[in-house]
Amino acid sequence: MNQLIIAPVALPLATGALLLILWRAPLRLQRALSLLATLGLLGISAALLWSTQQQAIQVYLIGDWPAPYGIALVLDRLAALMLALTALLALFALAYAMTGGDRAGRHFHALFQFQLLGLNIAFLTGDLFNLFVAFEILLIASYGLLLHSGGAARTRAALHYVALNLVGSLLFLIGLGTLYAATGSLNMADLASRIAALPATDATLARVAAMLLLTVFGLKAAVIPLHLWLPGTYAAASAAVAALFAIMTKVGLYAIIRLSTLVFGLSDPPMLDWLAPWLLMAGLATLAMGTFGAMATDDLRELIAHLVVVSVGTMLTGIALASPAGLGASLYYLLHSTLVTGGLFLLAERIAAARDGSTRLSEGKRPAPQHQLGWVFFCAAIAVAGMPPLSGLVGKVLLLMAAQAHPAFLAVWILVLLSSLLLLMSLSRAGILLFWRGSMATQIAPRPLPWLLATALLSLSPLLVVFGGALSDWTQATAAQTLDAQAYVTAVQHSAPVVPRPHHSGDHH
Amino acid sequence: MFLAWIVAIPFLGALLPYGAVRLVPKQACGAAASLAAALVSTSALIIALSHTPDVFAGGEVHASMPWIPRIGLTLALRFDGLAMVFVLLILGIGLLVILYAHFYLAKSDQVARFFAILLLFQGAMLGIVLSDNLLLLLLFWELTSLTSFLLVGFDPRSIEARRGARMALVITGGGGLALLAGFLLLGSVAGSFELSEVLAAGERVHQHPLYLPILLLILLGAFTKSAQFPFHFWLPSAMTAPTPVSAYLHSATMVKAGIFLLARFFPVFAETDIWFYLVGGVGLTTFLFGAYIAIFKHDIKGLLAYSTISHLGLITFLFGLGTPLGAVAGLFHAMNHAVFKASLFMAAGIIDHEAGTRDMRRLSGLWHFMPITGTLAMVAAAAMAGVPLLNGFLSKEMFFAETVHHEWLGHLDWLLPFIATLGGIFAVAYSVRFIHDVFFGGPLQELDRTPHEPPRWMRIPVEILVALCLLVGIFPEQTVRPLLDLGVQSMLGFEPRYDLAIWHGFSFPLLMSLVALVGGLLLYRLRRWLFRAHDWVFPPTSGASVFQRLSTGLQLLARARMPHPTQASLQNSIAWLLLTTLVLAIWPLLPALWSLDVAGLSDWLMGLELSPLDVPSLGAGLILVVAAAGVVGLRRQRLQATILAGVIGLVLSLAFVHFSAPDLALTQLTVEVVTTILLLLVLYFLPQSDVARLSRWRRTRDLVLAVVAGTGVAALALVIMTTQTPSIAEYFLHAAKPAAGASNVVNAILVDFRGFDTLGEITVLAIAAAGIFAMLRGIRLHTPQRDLFGRPWSPDVHPTILAMLSRPLLPMALLVAVFMLLRGHHEPGGGFIAGLIAGIALVLQQLASGQQWSAERLRLNYTRLIGAGLLMALGTASAALLWQRPFLTSAFWHSESTWLGELELTSAMVFDTGVFLVVLGTVMLILDNLGRLSGHRQHGRRAGHQVAAHPAPVPAASAPALGSAPWKS
Repeated sequence: MNQLIIAPVALPLATGALLLILWRAPLRLQRALSLLATLGLLGISAALLWSTQQQAIQVYLIGDWPAPYGIALVLDRLAALMLALTALLALFALAYAMTGGDRAGRHFHALFQFQLLGLNIAFLTGDLFNLFVAFEILLIASYGLLLHSGGAARTRAALHYVALNLVGSLLFLIGLGTLYAATGSLNMADLASRIAALPATDATLARVAAMLLLTVFGLKAAVIPLHLWLPGTYAAASAAVAALFAIMTKVGLYAIIRLSTLVFGLSDPPMLDWLAPWLLMAGLATLAMGTFGAMATDDLRELIAHLVVVSVGTMLTGIALASPAGLGASLYYLLHSTLVTGGLFLLAERIAAARDGSTRLSEGKRPAPQHQLGWVFFCAAIAVAGMPPLSGLVGKVLLLMAAQAHPAFLAVWILVLLSSLLLLMSLSRAGILLFWRGSMATQIAPRPLPWLLATALLSLSPLLVVFGGALSDWTQATAAQTLDAQAYVTAVQHSAPVVPRPHHSGDHH
Repeated sequence: MFLAWIVAIPFLGALLPYGAVRLVPKQACGAAASLAAALVSTSALIIALSHTPDVFAGGEVHASMPWIPRIGLTLALRFDGLAMVFVLLILGIGLLVILYAHFYLAKSDQVARFFAILLLFQGAMLGIVLSDNLLLLLLFWELTSLTSFLLVGFDPRSIEARRGARMALVITGGGGLALLAGFLLLGSVAGSFELSEVLAAGERVHQHPLYLPILLLILLGAFTKSAQFPFHFWLPSAMTAPTPVSAYLHSATMVKAGIFLLARFFPVFAETDIWFYLVGGVGLTTFLFGAYIAIFKHDIKGLLAYSTISHLGLITFLFGLGTPLGAVAGLFHAMNHAVFKASLFMAAGIIDHEAGTRDMRRLSGLWHFMPITGTLAMVAAAAMAGVPLLNGFLSKEMFFAETVHHEWLGHLDWLLPFIATLGGIFAVAYSVRFIHDVFFGGPLQELDRTPHEPPRWMRIPVEILVALCLLVGIFPEQTVRPLLDLGVQSMLGFEPRYDLAIWHGFSFPLLMSLVALVGGLLLYRLRRWLFRAHDWVFPPTSGASVFQRLSTGLQLLARARMPHPTQASLQNSIAWLLLTTLVLAIWPLLPALWSLDVAGLSDWLMGLELSPLDVPSLGAGLILVVAAAGVVGLRRQRLQATILAGVIGLVLSLAFVHFSAPDLALTQLTVEVVTTILLLLVLYFLPQSDVARLSRWRRTRDLVLAVVAGTGVAALALVIMTTQTPSIAEYFLHAAKPAAGASNVVNAILVDFRGFDTLGEITVLAIAAAGIFAMLRGIRLHTPQRDLFGRPWSPDVHPTILAMLSRPLLPMALLVAVFMLLRGHHEPGGGFIAGLIAGIALVLQQLASGQQWSAERLRLNYTRLIGAGLLMALGTASAALLWQRPFLTSAFWHSESTWLGELELTSAMVFDTGVFLVVLGTVMLILDNLGRLSGHRQHGRRAGHQVAAHPAPVPAASAPALGSAPWKS
């Protein structure tokens, strides 16, 4: 039993609770606590990530209850990767917020830690109902963060966001209830083996549940036509919050992966196989819609939000290829797009600050040449459009190669490449309008720290390329493990409490 | 790995100009930056030259390092003859351009930026020619597009510059994407992305069914980069670039990248018909078209741009012939063109610089003012026209010879020499026009400044290049032959016999040259008629404007089709969500619905074992239906709707009672009370006026969606409730007492088996409270003074009877709460219910006696209460770690004490107390903050003194008073 597995849950929860108690304490103290906890989280996640290379899938039985009955946390490569990515992104977002954004309202740091808590539980849990709880934590914390520092536009976007997601939560519950009725279990591994053994009628019921859950996860991931909420919401959030939200759509994708490869991974035929054509269509349509949105918009933040939609479509396409190579490509792309879009949201605020606060493309002045904002934007645009030599290209090439053996190979290639071209057009247009046109804005007092943070986050993109060999091998191994549902199920089944518990006579296993 | 430095140095060195500028005083900035750039290029050149002996000795230098094996990307470089030809061009002309740019940009304050980008471009260009891996080549390929974007838009103040830069980027970058697709296919067909292996796999590629798509995609890349028709238009648009950039990118290097690609892959693709028709056809078209258009350009750079297009077409055509000699001529002309065109661009830049304009209609007679520049330009233009004794003549002769000796077109064989001669005539015409219009053609017209010779050193690069034109033109065997041999050898793998002599005797190609010269001169004489005819025949359209229209049109289309994010309506989003849910959920049922047998369905329905119907259940069901319908019907009367929604909750809790779930019933009941109170408080602030009515279509849509979704959920509920599946619940019933020490299974599930969920849910409550606190902090809402019908609210904020009655209730209610908390593990109850009961008791006090009154007596900070509750729950959960047990492992002690009797203590109880505190704190914090919205504190204080004077603005009091009689003054 690796006690470290509970740390990504306990640490942010403890920090959040402590921050609530200390809510009247000086901001400096709150910042120090929050930063320390996030740094600690990064260290812990790194250690966990390392441990997944050494060991197979690790199961942590909460409350020492045996697997299908209590709640089990399961640490595999995928979960560890997501944890580490979250912590890394969070560190930058938090540090950026500390340069002033956290001052604008109350409880920023507590909400931030709770947000991390929700994310971490979602990635670690091996229990479907617990995933629902994680989603609730995520939702309510993100709502709080979204509203942070207020404003009419922000409040309206947040209201849409929370109302829509509450409907989603309701659907989640209905789906869970249906699945429980069909199988009588909530543990994902247990569900996998029970679903595999279901008689035909119950299997149909389980499939209905699967589709309900898929809808909910699709809503979280912003898959077309459930993506309408995203651009407005992300564009309204403050820079640090929007940067952190770069991981939020990935939670939906993560859940889709778990649902299709694990929970319904042992059924015959596996869910991913019968779902793949639909996922592929949805992925490509999302890609196209995001690209279209990026062309249409006249606002930098909305442009980036549409790029998030594009990345969702790209990743979903990779998942839909239903192969280790496809999933591996998606995971690499996930790393890339999370860090780069996160960095872009931070950068957008720096750009806005340098051009008298405006993020409109077609109006506003061009920034005074300081901090090389233009260069940073140029590089970020290259990365996000998937042009060489940055990480977007590697992700796209991985995806194109994975698609090569697929029957729908032509559609994937054409759409992915065409989207790259159109994004190149949109981003070059945006860059020209932002940096090359109009009169020069007044020089503002330089603020090196926030700029440095945005740049540092974006500069992870070249690192993803420099270490692309090792990283792509890693995501590939992660994908292979993720697609091996049997290994996950076996690991959970073989987990045993520290103290032997009574075993139920009517138990299946 | 020494080889890698040739590429790496310009990339790393790109920072050097920036550094150099920092180190020197302001007036020396330009010199420092140029010097730094020259230093970088020279270093790269020295390293390149250090490798040349190996290549001349007949070898190839390779360097390789794995990078991303999964996509076949290796850092593999090869330095062979072909690469060497291009490396020398890139670095040699690069150095001259740097020297030239130093003078050209003398007045700019962005010299460092210019040279940095130029060096980046240089590095990318070197990367293309040195790559020994397809993907590495592509990487550098796109980098040249990206850096050229920055160079073309270096001075972005004019809209043309911005458009030109973007057009160059999109066309060449888009071509690069096609190239990527082609390379990926080629790599998979050849089985490797290593260039050496791909070149060796030519035969396999030829026979593969994917040969044609691969060829098309790769050619798309090459043609866009080398400005072949119909992708040529970006090149003239890119003439907005500073002239050094044009001299470098648009004559010597970037546009030659496509040519380099043709040369590199010549062994793989050539020798097929399709190659000949495609490459040869496009090349020839471009050659003729570019030469023709060039005649009509008034801008010197425009003329040179179209001339470049034409020459690139010529080179492409030569490669397209697919013959070894054609390839030799192509490579040779690529080198020659780089030399004379770079010098011509530089000359054009000098003219622009010194005369202030590049418009040939305004320029004339410059010969008297700049004879040296004029001479240099004349020699270079003569090379461009293919005048003997200059390098252009030699390769053009080879071109003519190739057209004559080609025998693929059968009886149309005369066509190639004809077109070649025609193109030659045009070339002579535009060359003569350039020289004659600018340097002669009458006296100088009125200009902004008096032209003069440029600084001595600015002319040096032109002089060197022109000298090269002459040297190569007169002594080809001695000067260029060794280099060309090497290039040809590595390109083809063998060395065909070819002759570089100036004099071949009287031959057909020579005749063609003569015809071209004479015809060109004649054509120039007739230029007035020609111009008129051209204007009359050709509409003034261009690829550039088509592109611009297409680009704008796409954007407008996208804008028209996409809903604006801020206008995205919540109702639409929810409608999409429901629709998606329905479609997806019905999909798995389709097979069953398809083979629908009504009999089977009714059999199933009949066969269901339903509980017998009794009167209370029927009544409860009826109330549920009526209340639900009422909520929908009364949705505009918010108060009534809220109360009806409360009814639904109450009936639900009765249902729980009926099915022997007292815990759930208690929870439902208390939750219902608390939420109703909070909702009523919120209602007070909502605008009273009605919302706009929806369109008929919207109402129909919503109705259909709601009915279908509701029916679906009902059907699902029926199936769920009648499905009997063995579940994990059995285990909980079985293990609660022995393993968790709890008689109340529900509580055992909540705090032990699935305590982690509870921990999560109380965190949700805590977050909600914190979020509401953060959101409402500092907000003061307008407090309505009158109700919907204009009647003022009652002034009796805290009715005495309510206050008097509620106070004794408090201790009793708290006692019940504690009781509920303590007994929770064995009897219905628990922290959640207890917290809600205590919360309701305190809420009642606030309602009855006012927030201020309560706050003075209950000095609690709710935020801290919540935090403490969370920590308590978390601490209990974590305590297990100290005993090497997993998180949340519970412990219980059972003891028989003489004094206290049977005593049972469980850690779960501490956890449950944490739950209690969080729930209580959350309810109170939310209430407190809603109360503050109207600035309650101030009003409350005042209300104590002068109640009568103020209509009550206190929401806490007025909400329950909503139904009371209006106060009449």
